[in-house]
Amino acid sequence: MSLELKGIEKKIGEETHIYTTDLKFEKNTINVLLGSTLAGKTTLMQIMAGLDKPTKGEIWFNEQNVTGVKVQKRNVSMVYQQFINYPNFTVKENIASPLKITGIESQEIDQRVSKVADLLKLTPMLNKKPNELSGGQQQRTALARALVKDSDLILLDEPLANLDFKLREELREELPKLFKDRDCIVVYATTEPSDALLIGGYTATLLEGKVIQHGKTLDVYNKPNNLDSAKVFSDPPMNIANINKKGEICSLLGDNVTWKTNLNLRDGSYKVGIRPHNITTYKEGKNSIEISGKVLISELSGSESMIHFTNGDLNWVSLSEGIHQKDVGEETKLFMNSDEFLYFDNNDRLVGNV
Amino acid sequence: MNKTVNQKAWFFVIPVFVLVAFNAIIPLMTVVNYAFQETFGNNQFMWEGTRWFKQILVSERFHAALGRQVLFTLIILVIQIPLGIFIALNMPKEGIGVPICLVLMSMPLLIPWNVVGAMWNIFALPDIGFLGHSLNAIGFDYNFTQQSGDAWFTTILMDVWHWTSLVVLLSYAGLRSIQPAYYQAAEIDGATRWAVFRHIELPKMKKVLTIAILLRFMDSFMIYTEPFVLTGGGPGNATAFLSIDLVKMALGQFDLGPAAAMSLIYFFIVLTVCWVFYNLMMRNESKS
Repeated sequence: MSLELKGIEKKIGEETHIYTTDLKFEKNTINVLLGSTLAGKTTLMQIMAGLDKPTKGEIWFNEQNVTGVKVQKRNVSMVYQQFINYPNFTVKENIASPLKITGIESQEIDQRVSKVADLLKLTPMLNKKPNELSGGQQQRTALARALVKDSDLILLDEPLANLDFKLREELREELPKLFKDRDCIVVYATTEPSDALLIGGYTATLLEGKVIQHGKTLDVYNKPNNLDSAKVFSDPPMNIANINKKGEICSLLGDNVTWKTNLNLRDGSYKVGIRPHNITTYKEGKNSIEISGKVLISELSGSESMIHFTNGDLNWVSLSEGIHQKDVGEETKLFMNSDEFLYFDNNDRLVGNV
Repeated sequence: MNKTVNQKAWFFVIPVFVLVAFNAIIPLMTVVNYAFQETFGNNQFMWEGTRWFKQILVSERFHAALGRQVLFTLIILVIQIPLGIFIALNMPKEGIGVPICLVLMSMPLLIPWNVVGAMWNIFALPDIGFLGHSLNAIGFDYNFTQQSGDAWFTTILMDVWHWTSLVVLLSYAGLRSIQPAYYQAAEIDGATRWAVFRHIELPKMKKVLTIAILLRFMDSFMIYTEPFVLTGGGPGNATAFLSIDLVKMALGQFDLGPAAAMSLIYFFIVLTVCWVFYNLMMRNESKS
């Protein structure tokens, strides 16, 4: 089983929503579509589902061309950001609704419903109506509706975006387990890099209607093939600085910060991408580099401190474990872990990550 | 914690109190005053107790008017609510058609009620009116000023023309608030058009439809101006609905006592139905 998009393109009027895209999703995989709002995640999913037709290109499922085949004939299920359930059905009836239309015996429907309800911890709520439930339970019901069908393709369009923090964390941890051992392809759209990392599997990064990179989630994270992909897969935003390389020595433009590198690169100017958690108030890694700056803002969350500071003409973001109180305007010293640097050439392509 | 005692707050209540007193309580109390007494002018009143009420409640004339009124309101609701929903479902959802339809739909609502009556009166006249003349020309014996069936038909048609738009606009607003994802989810499930209507659109429209039914009930139950101008309650008493009959009694015959009693009973009926309706609505609300 596999889902393949061959040269998909989507235009609405003169506006291109999806640029020519080739993607292949394999059997029993979870695939994350990662990109900001309007990157084209939803459009792409609707094309995969058959809810929308591509302007150009073909969709192949199980070695069959399914372009233009209606969604009802595709055995697809979808979960949305909004909690979509039939308002006047009980939870039980809601979960059963995709099965009823297929004409399965009611005894089997009951069995499958109670199994899925159990999996999603919905058993005590089976006789309630959706609007008597919390947001998390409503979304669980929607998930149950998607799972009960044994679809070949399950599409999840930012399913956690409308949930509050705790419920999101809880459900996010359960999701990968739910789809394990299921004979299907799961596609999960999200704006959050952390979702992609937690879910694992494969990730495709999207920017403005283009798929920039597709591969195993950790590979895409560790080796983004260009700057855009790295930016999409970094939250808080990645720090990007221009550097000069001469021999073994790299130096930050506009500042006297220098470090040694054993990268096999020609001398010249490059860009370095540094994720915020690689700039910390304490030393990390063997090759840590000191950088000084003036504090712009420091934000404390329960267990982390985000310090925004200026160095040269650039605004930097750092993320440290623990609480580190800094005053605005204070001159401060921070440490960059140069083992985690990503080097890009002037065409924004990744040239090295050591 | 100590509560501050500040009686000056009452000053803020006074404007509302005065307003409500003048536009509701005092007029109503005048009616109550008339309902229990007999007067021959000159501000002379004689106590009559509940005589007028008893008289009205057993009066055949009142029963007939009430019967006509209930029948009219029922017919109006049965036609306008489904028709309004049907039109709303078929209205365009995007593009230039939306404003055009909305404006066209709002037009009847913007015409003063007596003008509606006058328009339809002329429109339906059997000799010169477009509707009346056309109906006769194609072989119907139509004359709303002489045949009570025709008078009913015309009155109902006029009210449908005048007020269905309100149901359409409310339903349309309800439909537009349904997120597209619901329709997609139904499409994925392979639901039929009827199932989409029954299980998504109708439940999602429940609130606005409740309001629509309530408004249409109240307005049609208290209808006066349009049938007054169109038929004047005739022919005979065929279209003399409660309010028309009431005005006839109060201003035509100057039977102030019975008229006052009748208006109180009328008021009580409207109030009761609205109260029952409101409670049903709220019970559904708290249940869901």
